Amino acid sequence: MTGIINYGAGNIFSLTAALDRLHIPYGMVHRSEELSDYERIIIPGVGHAGAAMRKLQASGLAAHIGQLTKPVLGICVGMQLLTAYSEEGDSDLLNVVPLKTLHFENRITGKVPHMGWNKVFPENDCPIFENVGKDAYFYFVHAYFIEYNATFTAAYTQYGLRFSAALQDRNFYGVQFHPEKSGEAGERLLLNFSRL
Amino acid sequence: MEPEIADSLLDAMLAKRIIPCLDVKDGRTVKGVNFVDLRDAGDPVELAWQYSQQGADELVFLDITATHERRKTTVELVKAVARQLNIPFTIGGGINELADADVLLHSGADKISINSAAVRNPALIDQLASSFGKQFVVVAVDTRNVDGKNYVHLNGGRLKTDIETEVWIKEAESRGAGEILLTSMDHDGTKNGFDCRFLKTVNDNISIPLIASGGAGNMQHFIDVFQQANVDAALAASVFHYGEILIPELKAELRQHGIEVR
Repeated sequence: MTGIINYGAGNIFSLTAALDRLHIPYGMVHRSEELSDYERIIIPGVGHAGAAMRKLQASGLAAHIGQLTKPVLGICVGMQLLTAYSEEGDSDLLNVVPLKTLHFENRITGKVPHMGWNKVFPENDCPIFENVGKDAYFYFVHAYFIEYNATFTAAYTQYGLRFSAALQDRNFYGVQFHPEKSGEAGERLLLNFSRL
Repeated sequence: MEPEIADSLLDAMLAKRIIPCLDVKDGRTVKGVNFVDLRDAGDPVELAWQYSQQGADELVFLDITATHERRKTTVELVKAVARQLNIPFTIGGGINELADADVLLHSGADKISINSAAVRNPALIDQLASSFGKQFVVVAVDTRNVDGKNYVHLNGGRLKTDIETEVWIKEAESRGAGEILLTSMDHDGTKNGFDCRFLKTVNDNISIPLIASGGAGNMQHFIDVFQQANVDAALAASVFHYGEILIPELKAELRQHGIEVR
């Protein structure tokens, strides 16, 4: 069963609706003791990365996530939390993956936030992209991005620059886009994760 | 970082969005729909699902329910849509305060759209953006050309204000609007094409996404608005509802003209 970290950072209705449609069973994780009840963990997140980090710390979960050996999937800000640092609020984050989360503003000429459907190019045979297609469109809404890295980038997207649309480091995965809002490609990705 | 590639090339990767708009009253779609395989054309959830299957990139629901029961039916609608739909959607109509938006967010809405309420109380944009994030806040603007200038209109275009449309859109952006939905009331319902010239003027002046609305009558109009005004998305209602334009054919046509679509 999949556990969803429920720490009050944004709305998880769309995520649970997608899991319901896909018949993926799930439960909620509010406290660190509950982490052991699940085979894999999803960290959702919308909004301000620094604020999300403070909520995660207040829940007592922050110190335990990096220790997990089961599959973990961070979505959007949930993915950014896995990095070391975000320019959003000059925030130190979980530092599970040694990368930085940076602001699009002043780095690209395009509109910020990066909002809409964009192509995602998987790299490094990441298992969550199995049967997704080499340049499938996913739905993005974000003003901050995780830098591209040859080791940890599991898929990249281009928007004025090349950034990490997805990450993988050991059992830790992250996606910048919203799989729950990304049509069939997103549903395939969630199914792949549920089978890890 | 990888070697840099020209921005223009990279930005072209973001697909232009096609957005059908559904008018909903008392939980039912109002305008006629003639999809052949629709069991219940008045059911917004089934209609939404059909559109997502056809390749719509996003949906906008405009709730025009007038009764005091409005909030309850809207919330039920949003929940039902969010359960069924795997693409983003916006809900507009009757959002006057933070509490209205909060309920809709937690019912699964991706964005809310505010129109007259923002004009009457511009600080609402700031409050919504700081509470829920800019990406949640679409500011819808109805504009009409009066003696050569575009002015914001309220009440479905019937009530003229003294606010110049371009000035209002800049203010909305600076207050935290994540997106602008601009409807030209002069073009709306004419099926003579979008107001490409004014849309381009507005688009060149803002750095948030712009959705064009009003005037779509054929596929060429969509090509024109993307090529001439470079808007991020185009919204239409009747041409989709009456099956005059089918989204898969529209997207194929756009693709043939070098316009990036999903």
